Amino acid sequence: MGIYNDTVMEHFMNPRNVGDMENPDGLGTYGSPVCGDMMQIAIRVKDDVIADAKFKTFGCGSAIASSSIATEMIIGKTIDEALALTNKEIVNGLGGLPAVKIHCSVLADHAIKSAIYDYAQKKGKTYQGLEGFDPNAEEDAHDIMEESGCVGGCSGPACEKNSNESKESK
Amino acid sequence: MTESRNVYLDYSATTPVKEDVLKEMLPWFLENFGNPSSIYTCGQKSKDALSLARRRVAKLIGATAEEIFFTSTGTEADNWAIFGVVDALRDKGNHIITTVFEHHAVLHACQFLQQRGVDVTYLPVNSQGLVDPAEVEAAITDKTVLITIMAVNNEIGTVQPISKIGEIAKKHGVLFHTDGVQAAGSIPVDVKKWGVDMMSISAHKIYGPKGVGALYIRKGLRFSNLMHGGGQENKRRAGTENLAGIVGFGKAAELAHENLEEHIQHVKTLRDYFIEEVLQRIPEVSINGSLEHRHPGNINLAFNFIEGEGILILLDEKGISVSTGSACNSEALTPSHVLSSIGLPVERIHGSIRFTMGDFTTRDDVDYVLNVLEETVKKLRDISSVNEKKGW
Repeated sequence: MGIYNDTVMEHFMNPRNVGDMENPDGLGTYGSPVCGDMMQIAIRVKDDVIADAKFKTFGCGSAIASSSIATEMIIGKTIDEALALTNKEIVNGLGGLPAVKIHCSVLADHAIKSAIYDYAQKKGKTYQGLEGFDPNAEEDAHDIMEESGCVGGCSGPACEKNSNESKESK
Repeated sequence: MTESRNVYLDYSATTPVKEDVLKEMLPWFLENFGNPSSIYTCGQKSKDALSLARRRVAKLIGATAEEIFFTSTGTEADNWAIFGVVDALRDKGNHIITTVFEHHAVLHACQFLQQRGVDVTYLPVNSQGLVDPAEVEAAITDKTVLITIMAVNNEIGTVQPISKIGEIAKKHGVLFHTDGVQAAGSIPVDVKKWGVDMMSISAHKIYGPKGVGALYIRKGLRFSNLMHGGGQENKRRAGTENLAGIVGFGKAAELAHENLEEHIQHVKTLRDYFIEEVLQRIPEVSINGSLEHRHPGNINLAFNFIEGEGILILLDEKGISVSTGSACNSEALTPSHVLSSIGLPVERIHGSIRFTMGDFTTRDDVDYVLNVLEETVKKLRDISSVNEKKGW
């Protein structure tokens, strides 16, 4: 038995909705290779409903599984419903993640919001679920770890740097 | 696709116990279980068994039997060497010289002492993963009591210029300890020629059992004890001896000594073939650490644009056991300190995998791993949000 449950393994081994999308309505990336995870999520929107979603992820098994299930969860949902999706729901959908991997689900949640933010910007729309969300905040893994109640953090020197810079600019 | 099989390529993590080793161990659990400290016959039989094991282990590293002290692990041996010298020589000074890429058994022991007022110099290593003896010499002060530098790095397998450092230590009258856990049984080791005063070794890296290590302490050294209690190990290391384990260590050391050249040739041939094939078949891969000064069975590769834990788990699904320097694989989520020390960018540390070959690795195993690895890397690169065109 490995470190992941069967659902996580299934999504990691056979990820859904992998790929690039031509001229997506919204495109969001979150994380960075230095921190160990970077997700890109592209969405196609029809009548305020997410008709399609595609992802590309650099990261560990749980990052890939989180991206996979997150895209599955938002397809067919309205923008407002997709914005209401929490990282907890992603974790529950996967039947749980090891404690040190919870931040992967947070990254997926943020990548979705970033894609919707991009869509809203392009179309000049506003959504309540995007209030206070800044995709360029460069929230680093430290914050994300704290947010997800996780001990530890990304310790890459570049992350430290990002973290200090972003804190100073806040 | 080739038929699935189990391939263990993590011999630097631990090795299986060889059958001849196990056979020699078994009677010391059931029939001859006497305490080596007991003076009746079966106790003395156990004592003789320890002596034989001691001679065999000594032979592997060019020491004499009375210079070998059995411990519970390589970690204990490392801790003992460091604490033992620092305590015994506290009148002389309180400065240790080590490197940034030591095993945690050395690094954390040094950090522990540092928090208690001992000065520690952590020397850098170059991009090839090698320590510069000139920097060791330059770091020596009149307060230096110990130099502790590993012989072979456990992650990237780089072989350090130990005999040169030994000369320097001797010239300045500073004691020199080396963590030889990855060296013994993998490269020719001679503590006298190397000029080391102490060396840590471990049984489970040379096809012996887990839970047994040894510290070589040069005869006549001033040295404090770590374990206090009975008079075992010539009053240097208290605690009833792990009899069967030590017997196994002895047998494993004997086999390692007898088969050393053959072993080196075997793993090196497979290692070189593996590297050649990987570089030919998979783009965007580089070797971490010097290829020239290297443990014969060690391969450490950085696969660009993908993450190591993902590689590890997909290989595991196909029965292949390897290890990674990726932060995602560690409880603390910190990337490998060894790969950081050679200046590898963090994003490439995340994509680094160590493969270590051993006596039971076959050419068919390697061919199987190469095929699975090629597919795995391609699969993860197809999923990845970074690639050659986009860059990081």
